[in-house]
Order: sequence, then structure tokens, then C-alpha cells
Amino acid sequence: MLNVRALTRPGLEPLDFDLADGEALAVLGPSGSGKTLLLRAIADLDPNEGQVSLDGASRESMPAPAWRRQVTYLPAEPGWWSDRVADHFPQPELGRALFPRLMLPAPMMERPVAELSTGERHRIALARVLVQAPKVLLLDEPTSGLDQGSTRAVEALLRERIGAGDSLLFATHDEELATRLGDRQLRVRKGRVEVVEP
Amino acid sequence: MTATSTYITLDYTELALAALLLVLNAGLSIWLRLAMERQFLIAAARMCVQLGLVGLVLKTLFELVSPGLTALAVLVMILFAGREVMGRQERRFRGWWAYGLGTSSVLFAGTLVTLFALATQIQPDPWYHPRYAIPLLGMILGNTMTGIAVGLNTLTSQIKRERPAIETMLALGETRGSAFRPLVRTAVRNGLIPIVNAMSAAGVVSLPGMMTGQILSGVDPMEAIKYQILIMFLIAGGTGIGVVTAVHAGARRLSDARHRLRLDRLADS
Repeated sequence: MLNVRALTRPGLEPLDFDLADGEALAVLGPSGSGKTLLLRAIADLDPNEGQVSLDGASRESMPAPAWRRQVTYLPAEPGWWSDRVADHFPQPELGRALFPRLMLPAPMMERPVAELSTGERHRIALARVLVQAPKVLLLDEPTSGLDQGSTRAVEALLRERIGAGDSLLFATHDEELATRLGDRQLRVRKGRVEVVEP
Repeated sequence: MTATSTYITLDYTELALAALLLVLNAGLSIWLRLAMERQFLIAAARMCVQLGLVGLVLKTLFELVSPGLTALAVLVMILFAGREVMGRQERRFRGWWAYGLGTSSVLFAGTLVTLFALATQIQPDPWYHPRYAIPLLGMILGNTMTGIAVGLNTLTSQIKRERPAIETMLALGETRGSAFRPLVRTAVRNGLIPIVNAMSAAGVVSLPGMMTGQILSGVDPMEAIKYQILIMFLIAGGTGIGVVTAVHAGARRLSDARHRLRLDRLADS
């Protein structure tokens, strides 16, 4: 269970919500409304105020890297720090095992990142997050730039994680995806967040 | 040192003769319409005044051999070096850090290596004798300053480009140390390249200035190169210590205790 209390930062008004184990919450709102700011604040990637805790343990009770290994944010445009895909994985075989689930050919692990399409890179970055098995996923536009087939594959894999008890908070412009995958919704408007119960 | 009495003193009429070359340059500038004659003359005049003043200051310092005045000269040199480091940055740190980071790295590396040389290799009496301390520090500072300026400039100018990679690593739970490592490595390497090049080229492509000066003043070439090698080692040591200190301190400043990337601590370019 992720508890968020009075979370605020410049561009985001204080908000409270809980995210249960096995729950998926969609974050909806126009571009620039503060969806990314919210996800980044939960991951403690920018200076922010408020109490955020996971299963009763507050962020401050552990080093930030330990927090982010459990509550992992994936940016809409993930970065790469090496030429080859495999160099980004601590254990490439774990990533390779996930690739077919994301409709990625296993040999792609040996390719240079620069040769891949946006959609391919996006799914590889998701695989990179999933191999660490975080308890809470904070995904920024997880299906943008993906064709329908890949979107379905990503969705199925995320459902499986949720079914296993992980929690998901995802920002999206796709209302249909929000309804299909999200149990509840957070509506963001000019930095104000409203929890919408189904 | 075995200085023989072959030192040839220059007098001012001889300098005036050499200054004819400058008049020649100004003439060429007028003839070719380069519009540089004014700049040439002003730069040359500036040089004469500046060096003249430095000569007077050094002469006074060497006559007095006062620890206080020598320390003051050292301080002024370090503050100027720090200003030069700041001046060469495309993107500066906000606030006091813009000046403080480069200056404190120059201060640390420069004085450490100079004191090391004075205490072990050169051992003048008294140890702070300005005739040794000031030229040594000057040569070490000049190169250390360049290395630090290049290293910091690489760090701050490339961090924006590397931002997605660094933030993705941090988001995956890497520490700031490991997320910054590739960039820190590039920055330190860039800062060290000039001194490696200077050592590789020494004697083949260029005759280092200090050694040339000693030879002109009558020192045996084998003695002069010993001094030059010592200076190169000192410069390399100072540059290494200074660049590593400055780049690591800079990377620390661009992150915080919660392992966040803090680009807000850089001024807008």
C-alpha cells in the first residue's frame, strides 16, 4: 500500500491518496497540467514536500535509491547511457526473457540503441524497469508511440503484474486505456488533482 | 645550478629595435586593410605596462623576502586564476558557487603541489622565498586553472544533454555517484588532455618556455631539462588533483542528498 499525504511541489497543489496493492490508478489531464510533476514527486526525483510511504515505511526512512528501487518512475522519454541495449541491463538474460512478452525479438538485446524506433526503445525501457520488480510502477505515457499490438502486449504484461499484487500509477492521454486498465482515476488540472472514484 | 657567465643583458635600445617588428605589423595591417593596427599597438602597450609592473612587484618581493607579502601575492594570483576559470564557463553555477568552486579547487591543488615542491625538491632558504615560491606557483596555477576550466565546462555544458540518461539511472535506483560517473569521467578526461599533450609534445614540437629561459640565461641544457621535467611533473600533479577535485565537487553540487539531479543550481545560459 502506497500512502500519499499532503504531497506538494511547485506546480502541484497538496494532495492525498492511497494506492492499494494490486490497484491501478490512471492519471489523466491535459499536457502541462502536472501529471509528470506528480509522478516525479512520488519518486522523490525533484524537491517536494509531504509524506509518502510504502507499507508503512516512509521515504525518509531509507536512502533515496532504495526507495526508487521499490517505487520506480519511467519517464515518457527514457534516457540511454550506453550504445548497446544489453549494456543497460545488469543481467541481460532477465531482460531477454521479458522481450517476447513485449513483442520484441530477443536478439534486439545486442543492437545499438540508436538504431531502434521510439516504440521499441519505450518497450525496452519498460523491460528494464520490470526486471527490477518494483512494488509500485510510476509510468509516464506507457503506451505512447506504440501500435495497437504492442499496446495490448504492454497492457497484458502490466495486468499480470497488478494481478501479482504490484501497484500501478500511470499517466496517459488515452481515456480508453485509463478506463480499461485503471481501477480509479486522478484528474489533474493546472496542478490540482482530483480523485475520481468509479 | 652551474650557471656560466654567458648571460647577455638586454638594454632598452635593443628592445626598441625589436619593437620595429610591431611597427612592421601595424604597417601590414594598414596596407592590407586589416584594421588591426590599433589593437596591435594597444595590446603591445598593455603588455609592456603589465610586465613592467610585475617586474617591479617581483623585484620588491625578492628584496624584502617577507612571508606576509609573499602570501598576499599568492592570494592575488589564486583569485585571478579563479576568476579566469569562471570566465571560461558557458554555464555557471548559481550564486557564490560560480566563483567559489573553481577558485577553491585552484587554491587546493596549486598550494598543495607548490608546498610539496618547496618542501622536498627545491628546498630554498627560507622555504617561502618568493624567488622560488612565486614562479613555481605561477607555472602550476596556469596549467591547473586551464584543466579545471575545461573539466568544469565539460561537466556543466554536457549535463543538459546527458540529463535523460542521468535521470533514468536515478529513477531506476542508482546512486548519484554511479549515475554521474560517465559524465564525470568525460569531464576529468577532457581536463587532463592538455597536460598529456603538453608532455608528449615537449621537446619535439615545442621547447618549453622555462627550459628555454634557463638556457638563454646560461644554464647547462642538461640542468635546464631536469628543471623542466620537475615542473612538468608538478604541473601534471596539480592539474590532476585540481581537475578531479573540481569535477567531483561540481557533480556533488549538481545533485543532492536524496540523489536528485539539481539542474536548478546552474544559471540559465
